[in-house]
Amino acid sequence: MTMLSLQNVSKSFGSLKVTDGVSFDVPEGQALGIIGPNGAGKSTLFNLITGNLMSDAGSIRFDGQDVTRVPPMRRCLDGVGRSFQIPQPFEKLTVFENLLVAATHGRRASEAEVTGDCADVLERTGLMPKANAPAGSLSLLERKRLELARAMATEPKLLLLDEIAGGLTDAECKSLIQTIKDIHAEGVTIIWIEHVLHALTSVVERLLVLDFGRVIGIGDPGEIMESREVKEIYLGIDV
Amino acid sequence: MIWIDTIIQGILLGGLYALFAAGLSLVFGIMRLVNLAHGDLIILGAYIILISVTVLGLNPFFAILIAAPLMFALGWALQKLVLNRTLGEDILPPLLVTFGLSVVIQNGLLEGFSADSQRISAGALETASISVGPISMGVLPLLTFGSAILVIVVLNHIFYRTAIGRAFRATSDDAVTASLMGIKPERVFATATGLAMVVAAIAALYLGVRANFDPSIGPARLIYAFEAVIIGGLGSLWGTLLGGVIIGVAQTVGAAINPEWQILAGHVAFLVVLLIRPRGLFPRGN
Repeated sequence: MTMLSLQNVSKSFGSLKVTDGVSFDVPEGQALGIIGPNGAGKSTLFNLITGNLMSDAGSIRFDGQDVTRVPPMRRCLDGVGRSFQIPQPFEKLTVFENLLVAATHGRRASEAEVTGDCADVLERTGLMPKANAPAGSLSLLERKRLELARAMATEPKLLLLDEIAGGLTDAECKSLIQTIKDIHAEGVTIIWIEHVLHALTSVVERLLVLDFGRVIGIGDPGEIMESREVKEIYLGIDV
Repeated sequence: MIWIDTIIQGILLGGLYALFAAGLSLVFGIMRLVNLAHGDLIILGAYIILISVTVLGLNPFFAILIAAPLMFALGWALQKLVLNRTLGEDILPPLLVTFGLSVVIQNGLLEGFSADSQRISAGALETASISVGPISMGVLPLLTFGSAILVIVVLNHIFYRTAIGRAFRATSDDAVTASLMGIKPERVFATATGLAMVVAAIAALYLGVRANFDPSIGPARLIYAFEAVIIGGLGSLWGTLLGGVIIGVAQTVGAAINPEWQILAGHVAFLVVLLIRPRGLFPRGN
């Protein structure tokens, strides 16, 4: 089954076309990586998928339904979860409260209903020891984990990760990758934008290359990384 | 012994000021909105209770059951329809709008109830007192102080132990991220102002039973509330209570020395605290 399908999606800011006729499918349970130079329109693409931006043209189908004009809140309830490039936890709330807020509002459920699930997410994302710490006191790795945990707390079918591995040390990155692998192994469909390529390629089954708002390649990560266009445009190597 | 008596009166009076201030503190803490009409809204609450008592013949303590939901609805609608539109980067619009609201409420009350001073009658309770050893305490001031503590305990419970409280704090922390999580900030703010108006109704009850009031006295009450909030350190309700107590004690001690010094002594105490601890006694850590 196809979890997400974009058909000819375009978006312009004034005369600048940031998303230019993008089409791709993500089958249920797959992990898709998105790479591309800065300004290629990667984050815009995420905003179009979550509904924070509405596309000018084309259609977006999620979980069998046309969501092209569906507002972001509705898409979140339907199962689109995302993490942000710059972690934005509620600093004065504890880690556990951050999850409670995300889960109660993201699932329209009472706190009693979500408490157990939130504890579960804390366990899976390795944040249990920090459950009662104010989110403002967390280290960068812990903040990234919280970003992940908060997205997971809404029980997404599709998880969008935006440069979650950036700024981490190798060891930190490795432990975060393991957590993402575990989540993926549970069957959650993942789309992951990342500059840290080794992190990305160790998880995703497919890779999509974006440049100037256009898809210039999609397929097996190994083949994509070796392709001429990618080396030329993305890695800046003259072939 | 007279001094102990005076100080106790002052402490109990502080409870009333804390009630004035708690709603103000709540609204400021959650949405950084300074409500200049807060004092007038308390007076409006006092008139609602007064009508319930005189027209329906209710005991004032039952009248609060009518006034509290009315005030909640009023606060909710006020925030949703008016004040939400004033929130943003600029701090001037909410000040101007609530200042205008203060003028409107005062004149509306003047139109409806004249400038005559009124009082909510609570019968024998007004003068009842209990003695602890040589010290005699009024039942009404004791009830006021007890209500202030109860209000703070309940507000803190709501704030830290309930879903709506977490939504308050999350929205206060970062309204944009909160809305991405599915929280509707404008509704959260409306609920917060509604809650603040319930506290205002409780303050109104004790204000109206304790002393005379007329449509014009709101702003003077607002000053005590501001002072209590600032002494306590913005955002701490227990600090606000302490702030109220400091002003209350300063006022009664000032009055005991010379009756003309009552109000002045309260303001001087405020200035002294501000000189020593510019951020208040319990500033909220960032």
